[in-house]
Amino acid sequence: MNKSIMKYIGKRLLMSVITLFVIVLILFILMKLMPGTPFNDEKLTEAQRVLLYKKYGLDKSVFEQFFLYVKNLLKGDFGVSYSILKNAPISMLLGSRIGITIRIGLQSVVFGSIVGVLLGIVAAMKHNTIWDNISTFISVLGVSIPSFVFALILLIAFGREIPIFPITYDSSQPILSSILPTIALSTLTIAQVARFTRSEMIEVLDSDYMLLAEAKGLNKRTLIFKHALRNTLISIITILAPLIVGLMTGSAVIEKICGIPGIGSLLVEAITANDYNVVITLAFIYSAMYIGIMLVVDVLYSIIDPRIRLSKEDGNE
Amino acid sequence: MKERVLSIRDLSISFKTNHGVVNAIRGIRFDLFKGETVAIVGESGSGKSVTVKAIMGILSSNGFINSGKIDFTYHRDDEVVKKDLVQLSKKEMRQHICGKRIAMVFQDPMTSLNPTMTIGEQVMEGMIHHYGTSRKEAFKKAVELLELVGITDAQKRMKSYPHQLSGGMRQRIVIAIALSCDPEILICDEPTTALDVTIQAKILQLIKDIQKKKNISVIYITHDLGVVAKVADYVAVMYAGKIIEKGSVDEIFYDPRHPYTWGLLSSMPDVNTVDEELYTIPGTPPNLLRQVPGDAFAPRNHYAMKIDYIEEPPMFNVGGKHRVSTWLAHEKAPKVSMPASLKQRIEKMKKEAE
Repeated sequence: MNKSIMKYIGKRLLMSVITLFVIVLILFILMKLMPGTPFNDEKLTEAQRVLLYKKYGLDKSVFEQFFLYVKNLLKGDFGVSYSILKNAPISMLLGSRIGITIRIGLQSVVFGSIVGVLLGIVAAMKHNTIWDNISTFISVLGVSIPSFVFALILLIAFGREIPIFPITYDSSQPILSSILPTIALSTLTIAQVARFTRSEMIEVLDSDYMLLAEAKGLNKRTLIFKHALRNTLISIITILAPLIVGLMTGSAVIEKICGIPGIGSLLVEAITANDYNVVITLAFIYSAMYIGIMLVVDVLYSIIDPRIRLSKEDGNE
Repeated sequence: MKERVLSIRDLSISFKTNHGVVNAIRGIRFDLFKGETVAIVGESGSGKSVTVKAIMGILSSNGFINSGKIDFTYHRDDEVVKKDLVQLSKKEMRQHICGKRIAMVFQDPMTSLNPTMTIGEQVMEGMIHHYGTSRKEAFKKAVELLELVGITDAQKRMKSYPHQLSGGMRQRIVIAIALSCDPEILICDEPTTALDVTIQAKILQLIKDIQKKKNISVIYITHDLGVVAKVADYVAVMYAGKIIEKGSVDEIFYDPRHPYTWGLLSSMPDVNTVDEELYTIPGTPPNLLRQVPGDAFAPRNHYAMKIDYIEEPPMFNVGGKHRVSTWLAHEKAPKVSMPASLKQRIEKMKKEAE
């Protein structure tokens, strides 16, 4: 990796920190704007409440509280849960859950992109044939069937009728029981990536440089995987970022259906239970992941496309 | 006796389109001899590019060869091999011919290099693929090739990407790629059309120098007669999928016989032209979706006779290597000669040449 890329990553990381700081600020203000306090229990006496305020630092000025909040955040302390698990620190609540969500998310991104790219390549190479139609059909299905419906179908088919996979998440079989949710979650990714790959690939295959590569006498495999794929991937990476974000929101529903103890199902739980602190923490985590993914995508972009790399050694004749 | 490298006989190619079958090439024949240059001239859509793509075996998937032969003679380990390229499968073409024996330089250098691969990788690729050259050796040869095509600082340029180079330099790279496997035939499909004039001259000179150095045969496609005069030994003029006149460059330029060639030569811009307006050939080429009765050029031909609309003229031998396909060359045809202004022009060209 050359210097300009490292410099670029450094700049982006700095910007990410600033963005996250702003997000924390907004989240904090929203928290303060919310009616009531975390300790609205009628059984509490005034003295107890003051004691609690003191304990949680709520008697300090808003300014002080904000810095305290940020300070705690930097230590990984998100505060405590109010109703889901009373007084349990949220970081404890999240601990194991984040790992599962990220793992299933990554699994479906990788699976979805690979299957999608392969489907797209087949469709582009067999342009206007039955294979193209089959691939397009799968894409349309993937876009139009909501992932939770697909998850239910998969669970009924391969969990109950042909019991290959466990129906609900089983922490003793973390890989096997995550297969069905991974497939269900990746449908939209497969569909979108396949559609994009197809149209991009058709365009790339029609380009002058592919004709030149063909005139070199290279075989089909080299032509597709060495020459065409890289140029196709450039534009696929651009749609990958929004797809991953969609995956995050999709995971909430899928996790609930399949009983996966991830942050997605926790979010659903927290929203229904009005556990504001948890909701806000999760919102923060989602934003952080989003920013992280955008950064990774942009860096990937500059690695794959040499034209984006900054260089000063342009030649002229 | 000159060695015949390529001999095309009665080649006919059609394309299936949504509107029907287009007969793009309607029976052409020409020869290419070792170390010589044939220029194929004609306006857009006359079938120049289709012809060379057929030689390379890279016709688009809706195109097919109806009939004809493309006999290619080459040396393999001191053994003379003769192959009809029409009979070879796509796979055989890829393995033995494309890029290895016959290489091509394309029209637009700005788009014909892969934007995501380094120059070096693209130059080395062919040798590694066809000859299994080691990377180290391929690198060395690629640097030599870049130096041969006039790239300065070749070692450093190997790591450059196409977008870091100018159009002229990119075309030099494309030429280096074409030369990488020491081909017998180099096909240049309008290699200077997309470049500006000063660079055009340099690239033409480069191709000529390389041809002399490596003794390769060149097929040159162009619509620019100025280029033809500079590079070609033989000229074939194409119109509507047929060769309508061919001969040595002197025969075509100093003694053109076909009214279409007259038109082409007259419409060449010239600083000394006395005419107020630049000559253009009236009308447009025929639609090859339909069968063309008689001579395809007849409707645009000022000198057309009745027979031109009925029967297709054969190739008349008008001396030397000169062949022309027009009824005007028939012994019973009325004597017509080229327009006076063109005659003046040719006289002047002759004088300049002497």
